[in-house]
Amino acid sequence: MTEPVLSIRKLTKRFGGLVAVDDVSWDVYPGEVVALLGDNGAGKSTLIKCVSGVYQPDEGEICFEGRLSHFARPMDARRQGIETIYQDLALANNLDVSANIFLGREAKKRYLAGLIRTLDEQMMLRESRAALESLAIQFPSLTQPIESLSGGQRQAVAIARAVYWDARLMIMDEPTNNLGVPEQHKVLELIRKLRDQGVPVILITHTLPDVFAVSDRLMVMRRGHKVTEKRTTETHTEELVQYMVGALDDTRVQ
Amino acid sequence: MARVEMKAVAEMAPAAQTLTPPKRFVLALSRSWAWAFLALMIVFFVVTVPIVSFGAVNFLTVRNSQNILVAITPILLLGLGQTFVIIAAGIDLSVGWVMSLASVLSALAIRAVFNAGLPLFPSVVVGFLAAVAGAGVVGFVNGVIIAKLKVPAFIVTLGSSFIVRGVALLMSENTTVIGLPPGIRAYGNDALVYFIRGEAGGLHFLAAPEVSGELLRRMDRILPYPVVLTAIIVAIAIFVLRKTQFGRHTYAIGGNVEAAIRTGIPVDRHIISLYILSSATAGIAGFLSTLRFTAGSAVIGDALLLSSIAAVIIGGVSLFGGAGSVMGTVIGALIIAVLTTGLVMLNVEAFWQFIVVGVVVIVAVLIDQSRDLIIGRATRGPPT
Repeated sequence: MTEPVLSIRKLTKRFGGLVAVDDVSWDVYPGEVVALLGDNGAGKSTLIKCVSGVYQPDEGEICFEGRLSHFARPMDARRQGIETIYQDLALANNLDVSANIFLGREAKKRYLAGLIRTLDEQMMLRESRAALESLAIQFPSLTQPIESLSGGQRQAVAIARAVYWDARLMIMDEPTNNLGVPEQHKVLELIRKLRDQGVPVILITHTLPDVFAVSDRLMVMRRGHKVTEKRTTETHTEELVQYMVGALDDTRVQ
Repeated sequence: MARVEMKAVAEMAPAAQTLTPPKRFVLALSRSWAWAFLALMIVFFVVTVPIVSFGAVNFLTVRNSQNILVAITPILLLGLGQTFVIIAAGIDLSVGWVMSLASVLSALAIRAVFNAGLPLFPSVVVGFLAAVAGAGVVGFVNGVIIAKLKVPAFIVTLGSSFIVRGVALLMSENTTVIGLPPGIRAYGNDALVYFIRGEAGGLHFLAAPEVSGELLRRMDRILPYPVVLTAIIVAIAIFVLRKTQFGRHTYAIGGNVEAAIRTGIPVDRHIISLYILSSATAGIAGFLSTLRFTAGSAVIGDALLLSSIAAVIIGGVSLFGGAGSVMGTVIGALIIAVLTTGLVMLNVEAFWQFIVVGVVVIVAVLIDQSRDLIIGRATRGPPT
C-alpha cells in the first residue's frame, strides 16, 4: 500500500471541559476523495481546523507527506500545500478572477532596480487562464468583478486558485451548499478532476448524495469520536444515517 | 464533456452583456454622470454669470480657472488619503484637524529654524518635514488602534480629531502663528507661468515679472506651486491605487477583509499604512496653507473635513469599501469647487452652497445605488 498523504494519529482537541475531537486516527491516501460525515457538533470542523492550522491539537499528531507537522497558523499549513476552501470561499467579490487567483501573492514587474514595482496584470491573466483551462473551466471574462459570477463559478475560482498554488491536499467544507442542482454537478465534476490530477480531497458534508457521487472512502464522526470508516461502495444511505445518529457505532462493543 | 458542462455554468451568470439596450444606456450614464454633471454645471455658469453681471464678469477665464484650482487643492489633498481609507472600508474623520495641526507645526518649525539662522529654503524643507512627521504620528496612532485593538475607525478618528484639535490650539496658544519669514510667501503663491493680457503683455515662465499697477492687474498666475505639487501627488496616488500591489490590497481589504487575511495579505500593517497616508496628505495640505498665508492656523482645516468626504462620495467611492478611484475624487472636488465659485459669482448668498453640495452628495449616492439595481446586484448594506 502507498504511503498516506495525511496521517492523523490519536488526535484530541478540547475546549474547556468539552472534548470536541476524541482520540481520532485517520489516513488519507494520494488520489482519493474522502468524505468526512457527521451531524452538527460531531467534531468534523474541529478536526479539519486542526489539520489546516486554525487550531492546535491538545494530543496526538499530524503527519503530512511523511513529515510530522505543527501548524501554528493557517498560513503554515498553506505553505506546506494544504488548502482549505471554506464556504465563504475567501474571495474578494469586487476584484476580477485573476486578481482573486493571485490575491496576496500578486506577480510584479520591477523597474529602476526594483525601486518601482507594478502589478504584472498580463502575466497574472495568462497564468489564470492556464489554471482554469487545466480544470476545463471557462468564463466569459476574466476581467470582470466576480460578484457577477454564480455561486458555482466562484467555487470554481476558489478551486482553481488552490490548484494553481500547488495544493497537495484539498479540504472542502460543504462545497455544494447554496448551489442550484446543475451547479452542484459542476462542482462535483471539478472534485473528480482534482482526484484525476492526483490531488487528494477531503470533503466535509452532510449531503449524502454528494458522498455517493464522488467519494472513494468515508469516515463518520459522532460526538468527537470516529464511529466508522468505510469504502463508499460498501455502504448505503440508510446505514450512514444510522452511524450519524448513533444507532450504529463500530467502536462500541456490540 | 466536462468542458461543455462548465461552459453551461458560465452562461448562467447574470453578466452585463445580457442587459437590454435601455438598461445599458442608463448604466453607462450612471458610470459617467459625474463628468456629465461637471460639464453641465460649467456650461450653466458660463451662460448665467455674464447675464447676472450684465456682461462684466465671465466664468471661464484663466484667472477664475486658477482660482478654482487653488480652492480645490486642500479639499483634494484631504480627500486623497481618505479615498484610500474608504476604499479599504475605513474612514478618517481626523484629517481636517490634522491639517490644522500640521499648519501650526510647520509654522512653528519654520519660524524657529529661520530665526536660528537657517536660510529660507532649508527652513521651508524643515517646515514640510515637521508637518508630515507630526501628521504621520497621528495617522500611525490611529492606524494601530484601529488595526491592532480593533476599535471602529469612526470612533478612533473622532476621538483623535478632538485630541489633535486641542494639541493644535495649545501649541498655537489659540492664535495665528505669525512672524514667519516673508519669503515663504513665494513658495505658496508663485506660479509656473505668468500671463499678462493685452498691451505690453505676454507669457513669463517661473519667475514673476516685476510689474505694477495696471499690468499687475492684468497678470494671471497659471499653475501656482501648490497646485503643481498637488497634481504630482494625485498622479502618484492614481498610479499606486491602479498599478501596484498596495492598491490591489487596498481594494481587497475593502471587498472582503476575511479573504484578505486568509490569503496572507498583511492586513494590519496595510491598514496602519493607510491611516499614515491619509494623515500625511492632510499634513501636506496644512504645510501648503502655512506657505500660502505666511501663517500657521489651528482652525484652517475645520471646515474642510466634510467637503473632502463629500468630494470622495460624489466621486463614487463606496462607504462600504471596495470601490472607487482617485480620479472620481478629483471630479468630486472639482464639482464642489466649481459649484461654490459659480454660486458666488452669481451673487447667491454663501449659505446656499451648503444646501446645493448636500443635495449633490445624496443624489450621487442614489445614482450609485440605482446602478446596483440595474445590474441586479444587491446594494451592499453596512458592514457587519
